[in-house]
Amino acid sequence: MRPVLHAPFAARFFASPRPGWWKYAGAPAFYPLAGRLIPGLQAVAVALLALGLAVGFLLAPTDHQQGDAYRIIFVHVPAAWLSMVLYVAMAFWAAMGLALNSRLSFMMARAIAPTGAMFTFVALWTGALWGRPTWGAWWVWDARLTSELLLLFLYAGFMALQSAIDDPRRGDRAGALLALVGVVNVPVIYFSVKWWNTLHQGASISLSSAPLMASSMLTGLLLAALGAWVYALATVLKRLRCIVLERERHARWVAQLPEVSA
Amino acid sequence: MLKVLACVIQRDLLLAFRRRADLLATVFFFVIVVTLFPLGVGPEPALLRSMAPGIVWVAALLASLLSLGRLFALDFADGTLEQMALSAEPLVLIVLGKVLAHWLVAGVPLVMLSPVLALQFGLPGAAIQVLCLGLLIGTPILSLLGAIGSALTLGVRGGGVLLALLVLPLYVPVLIFGAGAVQAQASGLDAAAHLLLLGGVLAGALALAPWATSAALRIALE
Repeated sequence: MRPVLHAPFAARFFASPRPGWWKYAGAPAFYPLAGRLIPGLQAVAVALLALGLAVGFLLAPTDHQQGDAYRIIFVHVPAAWLSMVLYVAMAFWAAMGLALNSRLSFMMARAIAPTGAMFTFVALWTGALWGRPTWGAWWVWDARLTSELLLLFLYAGFMALQSAIDDPRRGDRAGALLALVGVVNVPVIYFSVKWWNTLHQGASISLSSAPLMASSMLTGLLLAALGAWVYALATVLKRLRCIVLERERHARWVAQLPEVSA
Repeated sequence: MLKVLACVIQRDLLLAFRRRADLLATVFFFVIVVTLFPLGVGPEPALLRSMAPGIVWVAALLASLLSLGRLFALDFADGTLEQMALSAEPLVLIVLGKVLAHWLVAGVPLVMLSPVLALQFGLPGAAIQVLCLGLLIGTPILSLLGAIGSALTLGVRGGGVLLALLVLPLYVPVLIFGAGAVQAQASGLDAAAHLLLLGGVLAGALALAPWATSAALRIALE
């Protein structure tokens, strides 16, 4: 069963033999491109993560208030950032899919969800490990923590809905709608430390003011965050390739792939 | 436009009235869940008084969830929903009518019962007023948001559990502001801020949720 593209709208964007970048919006051109990108991205991710964590755990000074317990920040903050960024990215591709009726956008949203959920879980879990020595509790019912937990539920709902619907087209569109409805939670998480007077500390890094932390801390944090970002990109692309193969298994271009025909 | 709305509401109310057992089951579920808490946590009056707003609100959320399955499922099963989507009238309006009917059937009884339940927990009169007002503003939001989940899970296997997974996280702000209003009132603060926020959520949901629901219905009917 090959889903039919919404002709007049999608045709303008994808079906025309337009040269350049647009061709990568179609699965046949995108699939090998992603295959070539992934090994490099994975290597960069490992290097950045190793470097960032090394700077964070070995070079950065001990915090005068929290001692060495603060060092979990080098895992916690990148994971928390990525959990929100990935949800917004998922909602963006979902919206693109609904607007342009492009199959690859829906598959992208589907591919992002597990990685986003993983980062949300890591952010919550490292937060608990950090909260125990500094706040004296594994969990407090604070606005930041609660809204992040809701984010995990939203990811879970998205994945559950998509896997419960057998028809891939309906699953794509229903999931996309849910992702868009849930996106209201992301600004709530982001601003929760400002809107409510909470136990969770405010943002450590701001673009508008000078950094409040030692430069080696900031370097380690940014390197680890960049590493997490590249890791997410590599993983999502890899999962996307699997989804493309599964969905397009009846297409001729898949049968002609060297790894399939061999 | 208004005539279509009135027609849909009238039809759904009539259908609900013909199946009174379903309607009463939801109401009894609400009462039983609320009653379970004193049995579970013990009859300590001070404890119960402080827990009452949260208990009543959580029970209202669950009762509303329980009745959501019927919002579109019967019309979907017998093809009425398809005819509604095909009709010349805007689907958003029909959805709004069905949601309003759902609120009248499932939400309003909860609002009317809540003072009695609040008395069981020894809430003072002023707190009961705030609780009722909060439920009056909050239960339509539950119907509006729940309709999105109900439309998304239409005809999906394991729909009931999935519906809870999708809808309950969306209900959280309503729970926080609704229960927060009563707690603010009980601790001598003004409940207005919470109620106004709840009203803001209602306005937002009223404007956006019927569109999302009708989009979800079109996906389900495709």
